[in-house]
Amino acid sequence: MAWNEPGNNGNDNDPWGGGGRKGPEQGPPDIDEVIRSLTKKLNGVFGGGGSSSGGASSGSGGGFSGGLLAGLVVVAAVIWAFGGFYIVDQAERAVVLRFGKVLDATVQPGLHWNPPLIDEVSLVNISELNAKTYDSNAMLTTDENIIDIEVTVQYRIDDPVKYVLAVQDPERSLDNAAESAIRHVVGGNFMDQILTTGREQVADDVQQRLQNYMDNYNTGILVSQVNVVQAQPPQAVRPAFDDVIRAREDEQRAQNQAQQYANQIIPEARGESQRQIEQANAYREEVIAEATGNASRFNQLLVEYQKAPEVTRQRLYIEAVEDVMTASTKIMIDVEGGNNMLYLPLDKIMEQSGRGLGAASSTQDLRALAEQLSPYMPSANNNSNSIDRSRVPTNTRGVR
Amino acid sequence: MKNFLLLAIVAVAVAVASNSLFVVKQTERAVMLQFGEIVNPDIEPGLHFKMPVVNTVRKFDARILTEDSPRQRYLTLEQKALEVDSYAKWRIVDVGQFYVSTRGDIATAGRLLAQRINDGLRDQIGARSLQEVVAGERDQLMLDLTADLNENTAADIGIEVIDVRVKRIDLPDDVRSSVYDRMITERNREAQELRSRGEELAIGIRADADRQATIFRAEAYRDAEEIRGEGDAMAASIYAEAYQKDPEWFAFTRSINSYRQTFNNKGDVMLLDPDSDYFKYLKDGEIAN
Repeated sequence: MAWNEPGNNGNDNDPWGGGGRKGPEQGPPDIDEVIRSLTKKLNGVFGGGGSSSGGASSGSGGGFSGGLLAGLVVVAAVIWAFGGFYIVDQAERAVVLRFGKVLDATVQPGLHWNPPLIDEVSLVNISELNAKTYDSNAMLTTDENIIDIEVTVQYRIDDPVKYVLAVQDPERSLDNAAESAIRHVVGGNFMDQILTTGREQVADDVQQRLQNYMDNYNTGILVSQVNVVQAQPPQAVRPAFDDVIRAREDEQRAQNQAQQYANQIIPEARGESQRQIEQANAYREEVIAEATGNASRFNQLLVEYQKAPEVTRQRLYIEAVEDVMTASTKIMIDVEGGNNMLYLPLDKIMEQSGRGLGAASSTQDLRALAEQLSPYMPSANNNSNSIDRSRVPTNTRGVR
Repeated sequence: MKNFLLLAIVAVAVAVASNSLFVVKQTERAVMLQFGEIVNPDIEPGLHFKMPVVNTVRKFDARILTEDSPRQRYLTLEQKALEVDSYAKWRIVDVGQFYVSTRGDIATAGRLLAQRINDGLRDQIGARSLQEVVAGERDQLMLDLTADLNENTAADIGIEVIDVRVKRIDLPDDVRSSVYDRMITERNREAQELRSRGEELAIGIRADADRQATIFRAEAYRDAEEIRGEGDAMAASIYAEAYQKDPEWFAFTRSINSYRQTFNNKGDVMLLDPDSDYFKYLKDGEIAN
C-alpha cells in the first residue's frame, strides 16, 4: 500500500518519521529524530529496554562484545536496506525527493529501491478518477433569486510533483475553489437559465473556472468533468415553481379543449351546409321537373281543347264536379221553396260521416274555397246557377 | 575497552551529525540564524550543514497555503447586507521578512492577512452594488483586492497573496425570506399569465370556430336560397311559357284540379242549390219545355 495517498495532505509521507508532529511547520524528519527512532527499532529487535535514554547514546548496555556490535550494525544495515524497497502500482507514479530536493519526478510502475532516510518517496495515484459532490444551498443568481444546486466534480491528479510539493492541502484547495467557482458561475447566470436550459453551460463554465483556479494554485489537479446534478429552487418557494409548471400544462389543456370544440363544430357546420345545399339542389330539380311536367300536360291538353273547346270544357267541368261530389258529403237545399230559417244539424252530419274533421274548420274551408273559386265558375254570369257556398244557419243566397 | 570506545565514537559522530546536518525540503523555505541574527535568509532545498549551538534554522512551509476567513457581514453600495465567506491563497515569498514580522508563525500571518482581507472586502463591496458583487464584477473585485493586498503584504509580512476568492455570498435570513416572497409572487404572476394566456387562446379558438361555423351556415343558406330561387324562377318561366298560351284555359283547368284536391273527403260537407248549372239536367223537366 502506498505510504502517501491522495487523501493525505502530504505531510505523512515518510514511514519512519514520527507520527507525533503537528502544526504548520511540519517538515522532514530531523536527523536526530531519525536516529532516535532507529535506536528504538534496534532496541525492539534485540529485546532491549523499551524506552532508551534517547538522543545519541545508544550504548546503554555495558557488556557488548565486538561481535555483537558488528552484528548489530549488520542487522541495522539490512533493515535499512530492506526499508528502501517499494512498489509503484500501475495506477501510480512516485515522486522521489533526496534530501528534500526532487530527484525523480515520475517514477514509473514497478519495483524500486531508494535509500531510506536519504530519499523520500511519495506515491501518487494519477489514474484514479475521484469525485466530489458539492451540495450548495441558497445561492444567489444574477437576478437576485436564490437556488439550490448540486454539482459533482470529477478530477484526477495530473502532475504528481505539484500535487505533492506545491500546495499545502490540494484537496481542500479544490473544495474551496469549487465552491467559489460554482457560486461565481451561478451568480453570473439568470435563475431561469440555470433551472432550465443552461445547466450544461453552467457545468462547462464551472469546469473551466475551477481548472483555472487549480492551475493558479499549482495543485496539479486536472478537473476532468463537472456535472450539475440538480438545480432547483429552494424548498420554501418550490410549490410556486411547481405551480408554474402546472400552469403551463393548464395553458395547453385550455387550448386543447378549445381546439377539440373547434374540431367538433366546424365539421358539423360544414356538414350541415352541405346538407342545406343538397336540399336546395333537390328542391330546384324538383320544382323544375314539376313545372316541366305540369307545363307539358297543360300544353297537350290545350291542343285538344283548342280543337273542341266547348265540349272539352264541359266535360272537364262535369268530371271535376263529379269527383268532388263523389268524395264529399252533400246536402241539397231547395232554397227557393224553403224556409229562410233553415236548421241543419251540421255537427251531427259530420259525426255521421265518421271523419274527425272539425266542423268549424271545415266550414271555414268551405267558405274560403267558395270565395276563391267563384270567379272561375263556368256559368258565373248567372248568380243563381252557381254552386253556392253556404253557412248554416243563413240564407244561402245573397252573400257573395 | 576498544569496543566501548568505538561505540562512543559512533555515538558522538551521530550526535554531531544530527545537530549540524539538516534538510530543507522543496516544500519548505528556511532561514539560518546566528545568535538570533539572520545570516541566510533563504536556504535552498537540500542537505545542509550548520554549526551546532551557534546556528539555528527556522523552516517554514513554502507551499501555497489557505486562509479561510470566517463569515462576515458587509454592506453593499445600496446598503444591502451580505454575508460573505472568503478564502485566500498565499505563500511566503520573503522568508526573512516573514520571520521578522510574524516570529515565524503561520497562524499569525494568516490572522494578519484575514484582517486585511476583511478590510479590503469591506471597501470593495461597499463601493459596488449588490448586483455587481453577485454577478458581473466578481472577478474584477477579486483582482482589485488581490492587487491591493499585494501592495503591502510582501513588504510587511513577507507573503504574496495569490488569490482571494469569495466562497459564499448570502443574504441575511430576514432578507432571504423577503426574496423568497418576491420569488413566489413572481412565479404566481407567471403562472397566472400562463393560465390566462391559455384561456385567451382557448376563447380565441372557440370564437374562431364559432365564426367559421356561422359563416358556413350562412353561406350555405345563401347558396341554398340561390339554388331554390333558381329553381323557382325556372319553374315559373316554364309555367309562364306554357300558361301564357291560354290564360283563361289555364285558370279553368287549374281550378277544377284544385276542386278535386280540396274536396276529397267525406268530412267536407257541401250544401247545394239545385239551381246550379250542374243540376241543370236534374231539373230537366222544367227546362225541356
